[in-house]
Amino acid sequence: MNTVQNFEIFAPKLVDRKEYFSAGHRACQGCGEVLALRLLLKGLGDDVVVANATGCMEIISSAYPQTAWLHPYIHVAFENAAAVGSGVEAGLKALRRKGKIADRDVKTIAIAGDGGTADIGLQALSGAMERGHDMIFFCLDNEAYMNTGIQRSSATPFMAATTTSPAGEAIPGQRTGKKNVPEIMVAHKVPYVATACPSYPIDLINKVKKAKAVKGPAYIHIFSMCPTGWRCASEITIKLGRLVVETGVFPLYEVENGKYRLTMEVPEKLRPVGDYLKPQGRFRHLTPSNIETIQERVNREWEILMNKIECMQPW
Amino acid sequence: MGKRIGMEVGIAAAEAVALCNIDVAAVYPITPQSHIAEHMADIIHDGRIDAEFITVESEHSSISACAGASATGARVYTATSSQGLMLMHEILPIVSAMRLPVVMGNANRAVSGPLNIWNDHGDIMPQRDSGWICLFTENGQEVIDLSIMAFKIAEDPEVMLPTVVNIDGFQLTHMIEPLEFPTQAQVNKFLPDRKPYATLHPDNPMTMGCFNMPDIFTETMKAKDTALWNSKKTIVKVFNEWGRQFGRKYNVVETYKAKDAETLILTMGSMGETASIAVDEMRKAGRKVGLVKLRLWRPFPVEELRAAIKGCKTLIVMDRAISFGGAGGPVATEIKSFLFHDKGRPRIVDFLMGLGGRDVTVGDFIAMVERAKNKKDETYEYYGVRE
Repeated sequence: MNTVQNFEIFAPKLVDRKEYFSAGHRACQGCGEVLALRLLLKGLGDDVVVANATGCMEIISSAYPQTAWLHPYIHVAFENAAAVGSGVEAGLKALRRKGKIADRDVKTIAIAGDGGTADIGLQALSGAMERGHDMIFFCLDNEAYMNTGIQRSSATPFMAATTTSPAGEAIPGQRTGKKNVPEIMVAHKVPYVATACPSYPIDLINKVKKAKAVKGPAYIHIFSMCPTGWRCASEITIKLGRLVVETGVFPLYEVENGKYRLTMEVPEKLRPVGDYLKPQGRFRHLTPSNIETIQERVNREWEILMNKIECMQPW
Repeated sequence: MGKRIGMEVGIAAAEAVALCNIDVAAVYPITPQSHIAEHMADIIHDGRIDAEFITVESEHSSISACAGASATGARVYTATSSQGLMLMHEILPIVSAMRLPVVMGNANRAVSGPLNIWNDHGDIMPQRDSGWICLFTENGQEVIDLSIMAFKIAEDPEVMLPTVVNIDGFQLTHMIEPLEFPTQAQVNKFLPDRKPYATLHPDNPMTMGCFNMPDIFTETMKAKDTALWNSKKTIVKVFNEWGRQFGRKYNVVETYKAKDAETLILTMGSMGETASIAVDEMRKAGRKVGLVKLRLWRPFPVEELRAAIKGCKTLIVMDRAISFGGAGGPVATEIKSFLFHDKGRPRIVDFLMGLGGRDVTVGDFIAMVERAKNKKDETYEYYGVRE
């Protein structure tokens, strides 16, 4: 049954060969975020306008006079990608209705990192989703402010060491758990909310296609591995992306009109969380008892998600 | 002259914008701008104009949405005041650097703290260096006229800069005045559709908002400064065109009984009307007093100001904003620095007054002219403080 359901996984040749983000950009070796970006743009295809927040993906792609963007693209500031996207969407809508531009669908998307989504950009995101703009918002979540030098955000996981949540003698890293932005989006009654990870490219692309088909707001939260910020080898990016899913730390799911569905194969037993934590320098300071605490938190979050999958009915 | 109707000025501002065939308005409510926002909503919800109305969740998002919409080629309007303008502050210089011709109405109000919802110019002055064209209005008719002209100025291919029309909060926004509106056909003739230089559309993809390395940032800044200075030519051209079509002539610096005046009062915004009555009274008493009104604040109309104040001995600047711990009010400071090298320049007296809605009456102007006579130095002074 699973094999049939996930047939797409075995059909990578069906992926659009066209590239929408050109090579030669300045991302770090092994950057999972730029891979996520490349894949999501493949999922979107043509007829897209991008509003991007300040951050890694902006800095590596658009040093004047160069650009890596083949779509029409605008960057204004850090916290306002959703608001700029709102304006783009409204502008295109009005101009099309008034016959001032071509009469065809053009999708507006907004992109921000975890800081630009969960912290400084949360208000603009909430406003844009509540107003119901025909727009997809992508959070490329690498779990800290990587562009400014690995400072913690509200998306940084529990006990991870960053430059502003260092593994000190008194306080061993990040004191809080990860803010659950997909849940916040579901609470906004956003018709399509999903999580994705570039280690599962077909799943990611399929979700983007689904989101593009929605007439209204959609939100996709993409786990974006960051070897530079996570203090790990750049060649294990894809492996880390698989481990974060297989351990249940970052489950792949989608929420269509309030109905939850797991899009990964449901394991009989999750892999131990240590498998995911150990290759990463940001978790190097953890003691076995710390790892046990994290395991308990992951188990609890997994159960909460399973309950939703079982109980939540579509609106 | 056409038919005059009585209307509140804030509502008239929205009516004027409605004549401009806007495509998008993004507005967040704030006193005393709220009547503009409400009436804009009425007009769009009643289907009187075909535009998208974005009810944003903050002013930061309203100016950001305006940037996005303007980048698609849409004609875009927003209105704000005080704290709202302060919240927009971060985005204002980005809009001008990206050469997006957004038009904004700003209902001038004091900036907190302490909280005060009444009129002064403390909100617009911190935006002085944002690279926006900055116009001031004195009465309701000017609000209508300049709100329409602002689009033509901002969108001119020689300009492409955002423009803010300042409307004194309450003193102007909430007054009911006899007003004359141009017809839709007249505005259509005066203000054709926007012809954007660059737009966000897949038919011609382009990247907007690249970052600058140190090797090009200075050049970008100079280009923006040059563009703002150059905009004055177009501003004057548009004022003249309006004068020819509608019979109301506007100047970047307006004067009243200034020609032979030994003492000149300088105002911005709605104070000018009261000051002109004070000038009349002092003239009746045989005093050579006149009035200069700055309509354009950015780019600063320095030649026109020089011409307007030529021969006067004392220039009394009425500043409705404060630069704490600085050289004085922003208007006087600016004028002093421009005139620093001018031989025979007038003595410049700087009064900080009319703050947070404090009335400035005819008697106050006369008293300030009296006080200026006895003031020996050019340091700034608060007028009317109860001590």
